[in-house]
Amino acid sequence: MELPFRYILTVSELTQEIKDILEEKFPDIWVEGEVSNLKVPPSGHIYFTLKDDFCQIRAVLFKMQARALRFVPKDGLQVICQGRVGLYEKRGEYQLILETIEPKGIGALQLAFLQLKERLEKEGLFDPTHKKPIPMIPQKIGIITSPTGAVIQDMLHILERRFENLHILLYPVRVQGEGASSEIAEGIKYLNQLTDVDVIIIGRGGGSLEDLWAFNEEGVARAIFHSKIPIISAVGHETDYTIADFVADLRAPTPSAAAELAVRDKREVSNILSYLRGRLENQMIQMLQGYRTDLSYIRKIFKEPGKKIEQYFLRVDDLVNRLRVLTSWIFKKGGEKGLRLNEGLLLRNPMQRVKNIRLFIREANRRLEQNLRYSIEIQRQRVGGQLGKLNSLSPLSILQRGYSITVKLPSAQVLRDAAYVKEGDKVEVRLYRGNLFCRVEKTEGP
Amino acid sequence: MPKERFEDALNKLEKIVSKLEEGDIPLEESLKLFEEGIRLSQFCNQKLDEAEKKVEILLKGKNRMLKPHPFDPSTSSEQTSMGKLEEEEEKV
Repeated sequence: MELPFRYILTVSELTQEIKDILEEKFPDIWVEGEVSNLKVPPSGHIYFTLKDDFCQIRAVLFKMQARALRFVPKDGLQVICQGRVGLYEKRGEYQLILETIEPKGIGALQLAFLQLKERLEKEGLFDPTHKKPIPMIPQKIGIITSPTGAVIQDMLHILERRFENLHILLYPVRVQGEGASSEIAEGIKYLNQLTDVDVIIIGRGGGSLEDLWAFNEEGVARAIFHSKIPIISAVGHETDYTIADFVADLRAPTPSAAAELAVRDKREVSNILSYLRGRLENQMIQMLQGYRTDLSYIRKIFKEPGKKIEQYFLRVDDLVNRLRVLTSWIFKKGGEKGLRLNEGLLLRNPMQRVKNIRLFIREANRRLEQNLRYSIEIQRQRVGGQLGKLNSLSPLSILQRGYSITVKLPSAQVLRDAAYVKEGDKVEVRLYRGNLFCRVEKTEGP
Repeated sequence: MPKERFEDALNKLEKIVSKLEEGDIPLEESLKLFEEGIRLSQFCNQKLDEAEKKVEILLKGKNRMLKPHPFDPSTSSEQTSMGKLEEEEEKV
């Protein structure tokens, strides 16, 4: 019996042939599906099953490639994978050996950004309670950015325009590409070792999400969070938000804006100061002058200058002198400032307190005069009354009314009774004006 | 002693001025407030003028330690990388 020719393969041979076919057929493919059953053993390789509604295929992303991933793959995520089909001979299993994974619908960087943002936010890195205030007048500003290009020039220009005598310390870094984020984080740590840097600006100009990526790295975020020096982050344009912006103590929309936020305009601050100092001085001078005027006024009122008042005068003069000494002490630095201040003094109104004292004294005086006039009037009226009484008692006033006085002659005895005279007696009648000399013709009893 | 901060001093000065302007303060106390106000404004002025204008860049020296050097942004475009900067530093 002739046996038919049989070509018998070993398992290894078959597997090898299948492997050759598969790997030749699918050396570089893109597959989309949903991640499920994801596992990351200590080896660091990422294993998962890629599936759609009907089928599934095992997939692996080795540690080398996994490290390059910016986002973290998770079960349920829709992804697009690039890789090849490989066969694992020992188990006779085929699987996708991936080069890279991208989230579907959203860029990998975008997803990485969102994932890191969510994680750090949960950790409290963006919490407003951790934000440090930006000092108003920094003595030394640390800037972490590229030493080349327009950004640093713009910032230096603005800083100098606003505050000409600033000390600026530039920590040069690369602001994009491999290693940029660790340089930035290093810079933050370094400047924190210096004791005299008051504020740090980190930033770069605009660019793609990829370009700005260094500012979305966790290392930078943590360095910012741990910085004891307040940090202003200024990355890209106004619409660009990075993780650094969220962690920083202050986010500036652009690097130029960061320069403006870092220092107040020196002239502006200087004006505020002069204004306050002017008010302070003016207030004190007005107050003392007010006291002085009041005292001399009081001295005028009390004609006798008591010793106590003299003492007050001395004291006020002493205070005025001390004020002058203090004033000249402030302004010995620059006559120009003093001049500006004096102008300010002249322009400003006397202060309310002195006004009040003056008003009070004026009012008191007015009332005093009024009182005096009133009491004089009363006196006058009283005196007038007495005079009237006196007048009414005067015999002259009685005569004025038509009464007359009759006296007997030659004795000049005032006659009150007709019985004192008889017919033929001579009498004198005194009238208001002039006298009558008469002879009695007849008497009648009452 | 903690460093007195500019903004704190400015706030204090503002408070003193308005307190004086409100009046009703005995003369002696007014003078004390005034002296403190003068001191604060002096302090603030000093802070404004204190810093020295300087722009420096930190570069690695021979011993790999960072050291500040004068920085002129207008010439910096020639210095394209840290490596280049380091080389220049070596020459100095």
